[in-house]
Amino acid sequence: MADTHALEAHDGHGHAAAHDHGHPTGWRRYVYSTNHKDIGVMYLMFSIVAGVIGALLSGVMRLELMEPGIQIFHGLAGMVYGIDGDAALDAGKQMYNVFTTAHALVMVFFVVMPATMGGFANYFAPLMIGAPDTAFPRINNIAFWLLPFAFALLLMSLFFEGAPGVTGFGGGWTAYPPLSTAGHPGPAMDFAIFSLHIAGLSSILGSINLITTIFNMRAPGMTLHKMPLFPWSVLVTAFLLLLSLPVLAGAITMLLTDRNFGTTFFAPDGGGDPILYQHLFWFFGHPEVYIMILPGFGMVSHIISTFSRKPIFGYIAMVYAMVAIGGVGFIVWAHHMYTVGMSLDVQRYFVAATMVIAVPTGVKIFSWIATMWGGSISFRTPMLWAIGFIFLFTVGGVTGVVLANAGADRALHDTYYVVAHFHYVLSLGAVFSMFAAWYYWYPKMFGIMYNEKLANAHFWITFVGVNLIFFPQHFLGLAGMPRRYIDYPDAFALWNMVSSVGYYITFVGLVLFLYLLVEAAIKKRPTTANPWGDGATTLEWTLSSPPPFHQFETLPRIDAKSDH
Amino acid sequence: MTGKLKSSIGSLGAAALALLPVAVMAQEQPGHPVPGQISLQPSVTPIMDSITAFHDGPLMITITAITVLVLVLLVIVIVRFNAKSNPTPSKTTHNTLIEIVWTVVPVLVLVIIAIPSFAVLTDQLTVPDGQRKYLGSNIFSLGNEEVPAPELTVKAIGQTWYWDYEYVDQGKTFTSSILNEEQRLAQKPNQPRLLAVDYELVVPVDTTVRLQVTADPVGVIHAFALPSFGIKIDAVPGKLNETWFNARKTGIYYGQCSELCGKDHAFMPIGIRVVSKEEFAAWMAAYQAGSLDDANATLPAIS
Repeated sequence: MADTHALEAHDGHGHAAAHDHGHPTGWRRYVYSTNHKDIGVMYLMFSIVAGVIGALLSGVMRLELMEPGIQIFHGLAGMVYGIDGDAALDAGKQMYNVFTTAHALVMVFFVVMPATMGGFANYFAPLMIGAPDTAFPRINNIAFWLLPFAFALLLMSLFFEGAPGVTGFGGGWTAYPPLSTAGHPGPAMDFAIFSLHIAGLSSILGSINLITTIFNMRAPGMTLHKMPLFPWSVLVTAFLLLLSLPVLAGAITMLLTDRNFGTTFFAPDGGGDPILYQHLFWFFGHPEVYIMILPGFGMVSHIISTFSRKPIFGYIAMVYAMVAIGGVGFIVWAHHMYTVGMSLDVQRYFVAATMVIAVPTGVKIFSWIATMWGGSISFRTPMLWAIGFIFLFTVGGVTGVVLANAGADRALHDTYYVVAHFHYVLSLGAVFSMFAAWYYWYPKMFGIMYNEKLANAHFWITFVGVNLIFFPQHFLGLAGMPRRYIDYPDAFALWNMVSSVGYYITFVGLVLFLYLLVEAAIKKRPTTANPWGDGATTLEWTLSSPPPFHQFETLPRIDAKSDH
Repeated sequence: MTGKLKSSIGSLGAAALALLPVAVMAQEQPGHPVPGQISLQPSVTPIMDSITAFHDGPLMITITAITVLVLVLLVIVIVRFNAKSNPTPSKTTHNTLIEIVWTVVPVLVLVIIAIPSFAVLTDQLTVPDGQRKYLGSNIFSLGNEEVPAPELTVKAIGQTWYWDYEYVDQGKTFTSSILNEEQRLAQKPNQPRLLAVDYELVVPVDTTVRLQVTADPVGVIHAFALPSFGIKIDAVPGKLNETWFNARKTGIYYGQCSELCGKDHAFMPIGIRVVSKEEFAAWMAAYQAGSLDDANATLPAIS
């Protein structure tokens, strides 16, 4: 796709030039960093740490749910609070809610978003558009460094009182009032609100930086319609973040004033409306789910194309499918609220609007398959994850079509069917795309190769594990098991047991992943600028692995005739 | 298509997807989930009939077909176009016809789904007036099931963490709470754990019941759900929501709170006892003359 000039000479030059600038070393290199690649790597490391915490939280939940009855949390509460009997049981029930809430918030705001929009977007969007760095390197620095503080606030919130007598906020990541106001009088919720404020600020700053970079710093000749799909996905996602996060910030600020300063935006006894909060939250929350998956769309596209040794099929349709998904994503929010008591016409509208999203999503799925069709596919680790992504995202997508119908959602709303649905699109969709991208760009980022056999094993273990966790949850939901339950009627025992076993298998995969990181760091297998062959056509593969500290000091020129 | 045939198609689809053994369905025992269940709970109302027909029919068929199609295409691609079988990749990047096909065909499929979808939804949100016809399990019809206008109004009030029920026109209110294990084993050992309640809401069979749902004005949001009736509606402080049901079979039906409401969210089940019209009349008369316990004494004991 890209015709670059004199890059080999440039590469060597880049290293020398970088040293000439005397860029900081040691801790200063990272804390003071204005380098998009260093910041990207920090985001990824942050995401891995938060991901382990989020996975451990869900592990305790799956351990609890393995059998009917309460086996874990009353003991846990007993240990934490030094109480026993019914008091420990009560504290344990609330603690379970705190765990589900923390699991969701950690995974959404501190794992998926930092990995995709922080890590991969920061590192690779500038490389793929032929830019030397991002437009606002210092904003990039502050955007990253806000995140550990936001995460610290969230973790601190776990240790302040929320509901009377129990620490932590247990009102779900959606934080619906009045449960998040009157229901949690302690300061835990205030810490969680501040955490989200700061995480939101971080994302807004990051988005402004990425939008400006992509609009203004593309290499000569790279028109928007020649720009690779990953920067496109980042561009669309950054707009979604920029437009939706302020609404969340407003909503949770109103929660904050309702809680502390006597306003009654959401309190019916003061003339407020709790449903107003739900509208505001989901006006953010629905774009948010596309924020989590869209960068994955971009990354998977490149991986599919690379390992099929074929250009992406239907490039223009792929671009505008993402734009359409992003746009329509803003006008479907109340499909999360079919049971709140909205009028018939409103529900009809949201059914129709929501089903529309299936069309561009279908275009993407079929275009990926068409990209592989006629290709010469090698099944390297990233490709396994990408193919896994396509299938599992399809499963998550079709259950989304079921849930879009308010008439059917009546039976499934707030059941495990919904839990299964969104984990298929996120845990098995977004996370698979993240692992695909991790293995795809690993040699580029670190200049070494991972252990391919173990990485393949990581894929297969995770694939089996997550399907065992989440597929049976469809059955639980159909049979009527509500979500966010610490205990369930005995009829639900079988599929909960299967689901928990799936978690243990997935956990083995997670441990293997961490081992892989260490193993690769010790073995230091050498790699080349482009280990993937002639299928890898985007600009990052024209640079050394890892790329020089500053790249593209001579901007690459994109051939006017090149076409997708 | 009969309801049973459709539900077996749904179960087959789900099982085929899972490649797991089909669990034994206890179709004869509605009212609560059964071990190993992989499908919706059996229906006893026209609304749940239509939800079941819609889910197990068009939706399940469509999503199974799409998933299988994608899976088959992936398998073909993996077998035919791997580097060994196909060393030279093609350079095709466009095919206008196929791109139009995979845009237009999904649109058509969605339109076909939308027709019953809107009809099922409209039924749910339209309280019967005695004239309007309802779909029942015949979701591609214009409606041929007669449903009488409501004859009884019941209000469910979500509390932390139990339900208050009010017979609005009779001015009777009582509280319904979960039975803990000790109480359940002593009083109603054959009722399921976590679902059994001390006092069920008693309603007559074959009668349209208007159900109003709200929550304690200074409490939190709950949701009133009863799977075999096909109803789920939030109990929101300061807001009165309304839905309806018409159960055709006597028995005890269970649901659970379906909106996170705090520590005992999992422990505020909903129990509705559907009795014959005569039994209900006698029950209500006894209730109005005496106490709730007196009224329940007129009904067969629950074991």
